[in-house]
Parts: sequence; C-alpha cells; structure tokens
Amino acid sequence: MRRAVITGVGVVAPGGESREQFWARIVDGKPAIRRITRFDPAAFRSRIAAEVDVDAAGRGLTPQEERRTDRFVQMAMIAADEAVADAGLDSAEGDRVGVTLGTAVGATSRLEDEYVIASNRGRDWVVDHRHTGPFLYQSLVPASGAAELAARYGAHGPAAVVSTGCTSGIDSIGHALGLVQDDEADVVIAGASDAPISPITVACFDAIRATTPHNDEPEAASRPFDDGRQGFVLGEGSAFLIVEELAHARARGARIYCEVTGYAARANGFHMTGLRPDGLELAEAIGDAMDQARLTTEDLGYISAHGSGTRQNDRHETAAYKRALGEPVRRVPISSIKAVVGHSLGAIGAIEMAACALTLQRGVIPPTANLTVPDPECDLDYTPLTAREAAVRHALSVGSGFGGFQSAMVFSSPGALA
Amino acid sequence: MTPAAVITGIGVVAPTGTGVREHWANTLAGRSGIAPITSYAPGLPVAVAGQVTDFDETEWVDHRLIVQTDRWTWLAFAAARLALDDARLDPAGENPMALSVVTAGGSGGNAFGQREIQALWREGPRAVSAYQSIGWFYAASSGQLSIRHQLKGACGVIVADGAGGIEAVRQARRLLARGSAGVLTGGTEAPLSPYALVCQSGQRGLSQGSDPDTAYRPFAADATGHVPGEGGAMLVLEPEEKARARGARVYAEVAGTASTHDAWHPEDPPPDSRQLERAVRESIARAGCVPDDIDVVFADGAGDARADRLELDALRAVFDGRSVPVTAPKTMTGRLCSGGAALDLAWAALAIDRGVLPPTVNVPADALGPGLDLVIEARPADVRYALVVARGVGGFNSAAVLRRSDPAAEK
Repeated sequence: MRRAVITGVGVVAPGGESREQFWARIVDGKPAIRRITRFDPAAFRSRIAAEVDVDAAGRGLTPQEERRTDRFVQMAMIAADEAVADAGLDSAEGDRVGVTLGTAVGATSRLEDEYVIASNRGRDWVVDHRHTGPFLYQSLVPASGAAELAARYGAHGPAAVVSTGCTSGIDSIGHALGLVQDDEADVVIAGASDAPISPITVACFDAIRATTPHNDEPEAASRPFDDGRQGFVLGEGSAFLIVEELAHARARGARIYCEVTGYAARANGFHMTGLRPDGLELAEAIGDAMDQARLTTEDLGYISAHGSGTRQNDRHETAAYKRALGEPVRRVPISSIKAVVGHSLGAIGAIEMAACALTLQRGVIPPTANLTVPDPECDLDYTPLTAREAAVRHALSVGSGFGGFQSAMVFSSPGALA
Repeated sequence: MTPAAVITGIGVVAPTGTGVREHWANTLAGRSGIAPITSYAPGLPVAVAGQVTDFDETEWVDHRLIVQTDRWTWLAFAAARLALDDARLDPAGENPMALSVVTAGGSGGNAFGQREIQALWREGPRAVSAYQSIGWFYAASSGQLSIRHQLKGACGVIVADGAGGIEAVRQARRLLARGSAGVLTGGTEAPLSPYALVCQSGQRGLSQGSDPDTAYRPFAADATGHVPGEGGAMLVLEPEEKARARGARVYAEVAGTASTHDAWHPEDPPPDSRQLERAVRESIARAGCVPDDIDVVFADGAGDARADRLELDALRAVFDGRSVPVTAPKTMTGRLCSGGAALDLAWAALAIDRGVLPPTVNVPADALGPGLDLVIEARPADVRYALVVARGVGGFNSAAVLRRSDPAAEK
C-alpha cells in the first residue's frame, strides 16, 4: 500500500490566524473565547464563542472571492494557501493533485443571512428570489468549497467535500489518505473549515443545551475534563494539511512533518446526539487505527482528545481510551485544545491534526487550559494548564460527533519512518 | 487482490416511481415524472420539476423520527429499506461493525432548515426545534440510517453536487477493499421547498420552461437548461464472494470508477472536455476493459448547450467514431443533485440485469449528431458493460463502469 505523509500545514484558528500564531496560542493555553461579536447574542442561552479575526482581503482574497463565497470557504482558502506555501510546492497544479474539504454545516451563515433579507426577517414563508445575492446555489450545496479550492490551485485530481458532522475534519484527511493509498493522487490538499457562529446554529445548540451557559467568564467557559464543565463553546476556523505520497515527497526533498499511519471510523448506531457511556465504538476506531499503525499504547507519546467539554463526551471518551488502550494509557499525555480554540464542528478535527503534526515536529505537548478540578471520572493524564516538552514519536487524535460518528487517526514522526 | 464490489440491492424513490418494479415499468414506458411544481412556484424562474408523488412518509419512517428529520431523509429511509429488502440482506444477521452507510449529500434538510430559521427570526431562539441540530445538516441521513439499520462501520457523507452519487460509491468501494462486508450507498435530494428553489433560481443553466415536455431536453439544438428534481436511489454493495456465498442476486459489478476536476470556475463549463474525457478513460481502464466493450453510456446531460457539447466531445474522443448507444433517462426525472448519479447507477444496473436500454424522452433521435446513437425507445440489448457519466456544478467529473457479473463466466 502506498504511504502518505504530511508536508504542509496551514491554520486559521481563533486567537491564532496563522500556523505559528495558532501554535503559540495553544502552547500558551490562553483561551480565545469572548462574547459573540458577529451578531447580538443577548437573546441566546449561550452568548460566547471562539471567533476568528481574519482579514480576508489582507490575506489575498479578491473582492469577487469574498462576494461569492461564504466565510467557511474564505477561511479554507486562507488556510489552504498557507499549507500549500508551507509544503514548498512550486505549484499545486496538475492531474494528480486532489482536494478534500471537510465541513459540518457549510455555508449556513450565508444561507441564513440571505434568507433573513428575502423573507423580511422570517415574515414570509414564500420568499422572493429577486432579493437574494449572487452565487446562492454555491451556498446551498457546499461542494462549491472544494470546487473553489480546486480552481484556486489548478488541482485536477479527485475533489470532494466530506460532511460527517463533527468528525468531518479527521474524515477529510482520512479521505485524502485513501486517495493516496489507492494511487488516485500523489498530493491532496486536505482539510476542513466551518463558520457556524450564526444565530441559527447558536440557537440549535441552545435548544439541546449542548453549549455552555457559562457566559460571565468567557475565557474560563470551555473546560474539557474539568468537574465544572457545562458544555462546549462554539468556535470557527480552518486547517489544511498537504497529504503527499511518501516517495513523491522524498523525490522532491520535501520537509516531512509526519506520516499518516492509521485511520479508522465507526458509528455507534445508538443516537444522533447521545453517547453510551462505555465508549465501545470509539474504542473500536482507536484500536483499528492503532493496529494499522502497528503500535501499542506504550508507543504513543500524545493523544489529542476530542474533549468537547460536555458532561457526557468527556466521560465517554475516557472510557473509550481505557477500553482501547488499557492500563498503560494512564502514562500517555492527553489534552484538548478546545479549551483555547473552542469547538468548530467539522473544522476542529483538521485543526487538531495540525496540532498533532506540530507536536511531533516540535516536541511540545499543548495543555488543556482551564483544567483546574478534574472530574474524578476523567482520571487520565489530561495535561492540565501547562505545556510539556516531550519527544513524541506517535500521536493519536480522536473525534466524535452527531450521527454517532467516531473517528481516530494516528500520525507518526518522520524519525519513525522505515 | 481487491475483492470485486457487486450491487445486490436497489432501492429507488424517484419521480419515476417508488421501488424497482414501478420505477422500471415507468422508465420503459417513457413516463416522465416532470410536472408543474405543486409545492410552491409563484414568481420563480423555475416552473417544473421532477417530483416524487404519492409518497407517504408514515409508511417509511418511525412516527417519532418524522418530526426529527427532513423530507430528504424520509426519502433516504424509504430508499434504504427498499434496497436492503431487495438485497434480502438483514443487517441484524451480520457483524454491525463490518457494515457501513455512505451517502452523497447535496442541499441537506431544506424545508426543515427554512422552518427553523423562520421560527428563530419571527419568534426568537426559544422557538427553534430541539431537532434543528440533527435534522438539517448534511450528515443527518447517514446518521439516521446507521442507527436505524445498525450499520456501525465507517460511515460517510460525500458532497460533490451531481457527481456525488458516484463519489459515494467510490468511497463504498474503498471500504469494501479494506474489509467491509457491505455498504449501503447512494443519495437522495429534496430541493423543492420555497427557499431551496430560490437558492437554485439564479443558477446558470436552469431551465425557465413551463412545459414539462420541453423544459429539459439535453443535447437538443434548442435545449433551454435543466430542471431540478427530488428523490434518488440507495444501493447495497457487497464483496462478490460473500454475495455469492449467501446466494444473493447480483445485478452488476462496480468494475471501475474515476473522478477528476475541471478546476475552472464556480459554475461555468471549462473551455475543453479534457478532464471529463480523462475521468471516462480512467474509469474504463480501471474496469479492465476498452471503450469498444462499452454497450451503453448513461450521459450526464446537463441540458446546457456548452456543457452538452463538452460531453459529446468527450464521448466522441473516447469512442472514436464507434456508434455507441447513449441514453439519458434522467429526462424523465430532472437533475437530482446528490440523488442523480445514484439513480443513474441504478438504471445502469437494471439495464445490465434486464437486458434493456432505458430510453431518453423529449429529445430528437438525431440530437447527438453523427457517431453516437441516442436511445429514444426502450431497446433490448445484451449489456455487459455500462458507463455512467456524472458532473457536478463547479467542475466535478465522475465516471463509473458497471459490468455484468456472471458467476461462471470469464472475467
């Protein structure tokens, strides 16, 4: 089977609108969460979010690109530009270059904005098409995001949007891995993006009390594995990785961050939002990914947790780690960067894979911010508050999302490349 | 050696009918499901669409799930149950971790989403349904099908507009190659609610025709664009060896697939057909055959003069003067976005299984010009290989070759 490595990383995250700013932010463990500024959140239960401050024009987007695309596509363009440049590719043009874009909710912000105008703030069920903006079909069907990226780089290989909810980011990179393994592409521009900080998305999580009402202290609101956690904090952002066939990368002398050594997914078949406490299916995904990488728990130097900060997720996840990785998992540093950058739905999986690639390269494990009083049932080493230096050869990342989807991916350092 | 992936079950919920029997009978009779839009149309530049009529969701969806899901997911529930029944496959008798569902996503839960956004803006956040978070988003159908049928392997949702049905099948094949014992795959679409139609109304290449018989006539000299439609198909894919061992009926093998991207413009067709041609050639090569082996082509049929010409350019280049039969039965349904290519794969599998080429309606026999043979009436044929071509707005090109799978025959 052909092997795939990561040769470029680009990130647009809250409080870290480039790869290096993002890395500094998560190593510092300084939450980028504030009262929502994108609209007036006064009427909502959860009024805080991890927002991105990005200047699309300053990052090279043209007025036409801004006009025709939703914010999720704009952030994807900026993150992908950074990844392509970072990979040192002279050009990403060609028949053997693919694109995969993960997103959970796509262009929902623009769809809502246009609807509010066309319907006179929800008064009219029958809406008038003459009051909507251009390229609205491109927001209706989010495939347009992958098409924008393909056209941007002249990538003529397979292109697709992967939309498995909150595992979209890991699954997008997993999709890219499949394209490389199966000899359908030599390079895939793979990542994810979501811009869900809009009234309808905030309202939908309010309705099921999934997001935290911890509004008074935004910076302390996202508390993965902490006993005081009350739900997740919505975020936004994008990350892209260049997934490249190993021999292709070596032939051009590319700098290799790590190899994608394992990827697996399962579904719990249980509930669209609920998790059974035993973590069985997530454990199956982790075990499958570890087997593909031919690793035992002792080989793992870091786990990037899903760690959303909901009551049920963090216990479910702890149970899954114990079930899949056994007693030795107690010695593996684990952390959730969602305390800093929030939960950006489909995007976060790619952002966390970017964090894993940087951890392997730089030998620093980012901490779990706000973890001051651990939940007694979340009794693993969740790396509270302070980053640690450690040579990490293999890192695992997991994601869990609506629909019952559970995904796991393993990255291994180039030093471990046989 | 990668196991052969075979289609053992087909579930259709389309403007041509619900279930294989009704769908196939209407197809052969050339009975179109395109009609004036009954749900809503005032003032829109789109007047007709392919509609699924006489569909009663209470027959197919648990009562408590009806309020949690959109019509697009109801259609998926129905197509999935039909496909599993058709395959005589009961997931309860299998290892759930070895079964998956991969759907093509398109526009998501349109009517559901519009209703909740309207409630939010008219009445405030508390009026928003607790099910908005699971009813609207693109993963809703895969998630619900995974739970309903206990498909607990890797599940997926691929969005590639009209090419998505083939992309979902391609993902299903990847899973089968990695040990999956069965994948439920395909797509459905329900884009005929008011706001969804508004979102489509500015689209390039949308037909403004109000006569159902002339609004969508791909390849015709006076083609005016495409009409939208709802519905789609779900398929059951299994490894051939396992399917044979359990005595399943095998419609066809998914022998080769490929996809490329024009990387040109958000909606305009590219200047040449190079990438579409490459997808077709690669799918044929990966099927281990040559263009001369292809017995029928299920065309993409954009209905737009420029896009149609590009498709004919690609087919002429690949088939090099051979008069291959070409058909576009989607002239009876309209273009179904994520449901479209899945339905074309269903038609192709049925053509192989039944030995009949389904017709194209409302398009003149000579519309393709010299060198290509448009099928305008159902035609008996010995079909060993069928090619399906699918494109998505923004430049997605996908192609799949289905092969008749004879247990004792040569491979």
